[in-house]
Amino acid sequence: MTALLTAATDPSAPAPAAVPVTMAAALNAALADSLAADERVLIFGEDVGTLGGVFRVTDGLAARFGEQRVFDTPLAESGIIGTAIGMAMNGLIPVVEMQFDAFAYPAFEQITSHLAKLHNRTRGHVRLPVVVRIPFGGGIGGVEHHSDSSEAYYVHTAGLRVVAPGTPADAYRLLRQSIECPDPVIFLEPKRRYWSKETAALTMDGPGIDRAVIRRPGRDVTLIAYGGMVDTAAEAAEAAAGEWDIEVIDLRSLSPFDDATLAESVCRTGRAVVVHEAPGFAGYGAEVVARLTQQCFHYLEAPILRVTGLDIPYPPPHLEHLHLPDADRILDTIAQLQWGDHA
Amino acid sequence: MTTLLTPPTSAESLLPSTMPLQLIDPDGQAGRSQGELALPEPGILLELHRRMVLGRRFDRQATMLTRQGRLAVYPSSRGQDGCQVGAVLALREQDWLFPTYRDTVAVVTRGVDAAEALSLLRGDWHCGYDPYQYRVAPQCTPLATNTLHAVGLAHAARLKQQDQVALVLLGDGATSEGDTHEALNFAAVWQAPVVFLVQNNGYAISVPLAKQTAAPTLAAKGVGYGIPSMLIDGNDAAAVYSAVRSCVDRAAAGQGPALIEALTYRMEAHTNADDAGRYRADGEVQAWLARDPIARLEAYLRSAGLLDERAARQVAAEADRLAERVRDRMNREVRTDPGDLFAHVYTRPTAALEQQRDALLSELGESAP
Repeated sequence: MTALLTAATDPSAPAPAAVPVTMAAALNAALADSLAADERVLIFGEDVGTLGGVFRVTDGLAARFGEQRVFDTPLAESGIIGTAIGMAMNGLIPVVEMQFDAFAYPAFEQITSHLAKLHNRTRGHVRLPVVVRIPFGGGIGGVEHHSDSSEAYYVHTAGLRVVAPGTPADAYRLLRQSIECPDPVIFLEPKRRYWSKETAALTMDGPGIDRAVIRRPGRDVTLIAYGGMVDTAAEAAEAAAGEWDIEVIDLRSLSPFDDATLAESVCRTGRAVVVHEAPGFAGYGAEVVARLTQQCFHYLEAPILRVTGLDIPYPPPHLEHLHLPDADRILDTIAQLQWGDHA
Repeated sequence: MTTLLTPPTSAESLLPSTMPLQLIDPDGQAGRSQGELALPEPGILLELHRRMVLGRRFDRQATMLTRQGRLAVYPSSRGQDGCQVGAVLALREQDWLFPTYRDTVAVVTRGVDAAEALSLLRGDWHCGYDPYQYRVAPQCTPLATNTLHAVGLAHAARLKQQDQVALVLLGDGATSEGDTHEALNFAAVWQAPVVFLVQNNGYAISVPLAKQTAAPTLAAKGVGYGIPSMLIDGNDAAAVYSAVRSCVDRAAAGQGPALIEALTYRMEAHTNADDAGRYRADGEVQAWLARDPIARLEAYLRSAGLLDERAARQVAAEADRLAERVRDRMNREVRTDPGDLFAHVYTRPTAALEQQRDALLSELGESAP
């Protein structure tokens, strides 16, 4: 799998061909290519070595690059982040995995008090180019602690970049960009999309790490999503095709926020809806709404609305469909945007 | 890889001694200890003495600066000078020190400029020195979190085949934190070249050791991780130096981490803002005064004919000059730059941060850089 998907790093090599690829395979290729491109890159975490990760994102990497560069650690998340910080201080580029969103919480102090702040604390002397990969979100029928959307905790911490890919090809690009980024990056992988396929060439060409992209242009309303909700938003846009021409924006970078791309779109369409799985209360969408309301107020035809998870702890598998935004709920919300003719 | 090379270890071989190792006793007598550690050569003993006198004077000056409002706060090292000076002098040029907020004397002993070292406590920035210039990590405030950084840096050195050891300082309170457990475990599993020095000063702010742990000693915890451990007299700078040096040499030789518990005492309150009278008796403090690390080493040096009155006065005069320099530097106007608030959050300020910076500067009536 790895060898087939590995993009050429030699600029004179022919451009990689478009092939059907899952997000998990694209992430695997990004890790392999980063390991091949820069000997300072290391991968470690729980079960990432011999097993290849519980989602197989690191499959085959330990065998190919050796146990000095891809290795299992003791089962301790604070230890993984804390030692990654020390390794980065000594010139390495650790790419570490937190096995599941809620299992990253023991590392919260290391992430918020040190990973995010050492660069600032030392006036830029200490750089921490660490990537923390976190499978996040629900939709996989996981039992408790396996489906959290924890992005708000991280975006609230200055010093961290927080990104979430929505498509396989972008997962490759964004992960490689994150590994090349000199800032610490929280890399949120929408685990419900690990097995989504896309026919695409894996390349770093395209939007930069901090840019949002318009996945589907439209005239009537801007539908803003990230991670696992990008596909859901696209599905809603397709379903509404006869009624509304929906523009779908994939944020990619949650922090920093791409104000320019978002404000341009919302000022143009005059309407917007933000979608995320996480609970709405003090959720990431609140920040998006506040920023865009301030920047686009005189262009808005209706208040910017949110479609979010309920304000509840993540539900058990048989109830999660009630919690997660879907295309119907998105369209119901778009219908509330004071359409006049449509009302 | 390492599992094949690691010899089977018996639990007994990892245990610390029952009594703390001591090379010079509180009366200044040497030679009563047996085995394990050798007394450092005279030149090193003299340097230990000189640096402790300088460190103590620096510490006193810093404490006075808090009373004058020149420092926001100062957690004193007094009483722990033997630990901090002994440990730092045992490091080699290429090694790294991971200090806590309690360890300012260790930081200046490592060579960090005194004014840069006091930046944190003066309040003009969180860390005033370049860690790479001195191979000294920023003084760490959240307890025990620096233990993992030390393990990571040491492991990276090993992966890069650099001859480099990390020394991390922590206190008795920090041994209750989860990160200490994780760091000892990671260090042992990776056989990382890292030395853990626990300065057991008896109190975590107000909480005595008996409420912190039921372990026979803190050094005894090493065996559970497969880490060899030492229990030493932390007020014997010679013992600290020799113990740390032996562990650094061992780690550098690829034999993995070590845990040292140094028994010592915090002579001052937790900080100038604390009132130690609420939780410990004067008698206890007086008893530790008799175990003072400087007086002890000085008694030995004088009785051994290594230090005379004239040399002692020279060191004292050097200490006064240091204090004067620190005082002068700290009495200068604090210079801060509002732009610094935004400059280092990321390696390059984001567009949003640049906007906030410009708004703040215009609020202050300054122009954007």
